[in-house]
This record gives sequence, structure tokens and C-alpha cells, in this order.
Amino acid sequence: MNDPNELAADAINALGTGREPAKDKTMTAQDQIKETVTGNDVVLFMKGTKAMPQCGFSSRVAGVLNFMGVEFADVNVLEDDAIRQGIKDYSDWPTVPQLYVKGEFVGGCDIVTEMTLSGELDQLFDDKGVTYDKDAAEKIREANS
Amino acid sequence: MAMEARQIEDLIRAAFPDAKVTITDLAGDGNHYAAEVIDESFRGQNRVQQQRAVYAALKGKMDGPAGELHALALTTKAPE
Repeated sequence: MNDPNELAADAINALGTGREPAKDKTMTAQDQIKETVTGNDVVLFMKGTKAMPQCGFSSRVAGVLNFMGVEFADVNVLEDDAIRQGIKDYSDWPTVPQLYVKGEFVGGCDIVTEMTLSGELDQLFDDKGVTYDKDAAEKIREANS
Repeated sequence: MAMEARQIEDLIRAAFPDAKVTITDLAGDGNHYAAEVIDESFRGQNRVQQQRAVYAALKGKMDGPAGELHALALTTKAPE
């Protein structure tokens, strides 16, 4: 959530310095993506947001992560064409959503779904030290067995 | 623009001549397919590597808003 006071401060700063607020426009999309995937333990590049996904595939992956109580950063590729194309180049993967854990590309919707049902996603989170609700993961598996 | 299941199968088969390829039209709209590809070359590769190879075979058909294929659910594995 953006704090309104912070936003106002940003805007005032920008007036004073001629800088753009919030985002440094000199960064390339690849730099931005790299910073996002290395600066957050779990990142989902998706269409829409985790609160309001705008594609069924994005919705499914965000739904799994939400249900498993995983804290993750969501990047809405529909808001930025440079990121939308850039993320495909970054991972050499042609589709969105894309899940990253500790800087590493895990997969898209099909892979994440398979890994959730097989328990491999739990294993990955265990290995990488990502907190999640194991009981919730079991519930997903029970519901889909 | 929609794509025929046959075209998808041909593209995959061109890259994986010995693979077992099964295409299912999920919605009947020529836009949402599931493809299962079972190929010996997948042995020892993780899913990301396997599916990257299949996407490469589809030569950009998945790409962007202009892509002919909106949705292809992929399952890849090596033969049992």
C-alpha cells in the first residue's frame, strides 16, 4: 500500500528537483526486473494484481500463494509494456504469470500447479527458507486429489 | 487468430520427431489448448528446461497480444 503522505512528499520532492517521483526512469526494464527479483524473496509477475488478477492463469498462481499464506511481491505487467516484454526476455519464457523465488525463475502456471499438487513447491519453500502454511498446502492437495 | 490443434502438433513434432504428443482443445475455440509432450530428450531436464524447448518449437506463436495461441497448458515429461 502506498502511504498518501509519502506520495505527497515524493511529489513535492519531484517539484523541487525535477526528478520523477517513485521510479527512476533511467533504469532499464532489465535492471528493474533484476532489482525486483533479487530484492524480494517471492515475486509473481502477473496480469493484474494479487488482489485483482486479470487473467485466469495469473489468478490461479496468485490464489495458491495467497491461500498458502506466502508473502510475495506482485508486479502487474499490464501496467508497463517494457516490463511485460522485458520479463519474457529476462527468463527466456514466453508467457505470464512467472514465479520467482529467491531470484530464481520457478515456472509459469502449469509448473506451479504441478509443483503444488506434488508437494515440490513445499519442498522448494522449505529449501529456500520461505514461510508458508503447510496445512493450507495439504488442503489444496486434498481438494484436488 | 486461432490455431488448429493439428498445426500445434506439427510444430511440436518437427522439433521432437519421436515424442508422444497429445493435444486437447480445452474450450473448443481454437485458442485454449492443453498439450502433453513425452520425449526421451526431456530426461534429466527440469520442467522449465523441458517447456522452454517446447515453446521454442512453437516459434513465437505464444508471444504477446498478437500471438496466435492465447493459452497452451503444457505438460512435459520423459517416458516412464
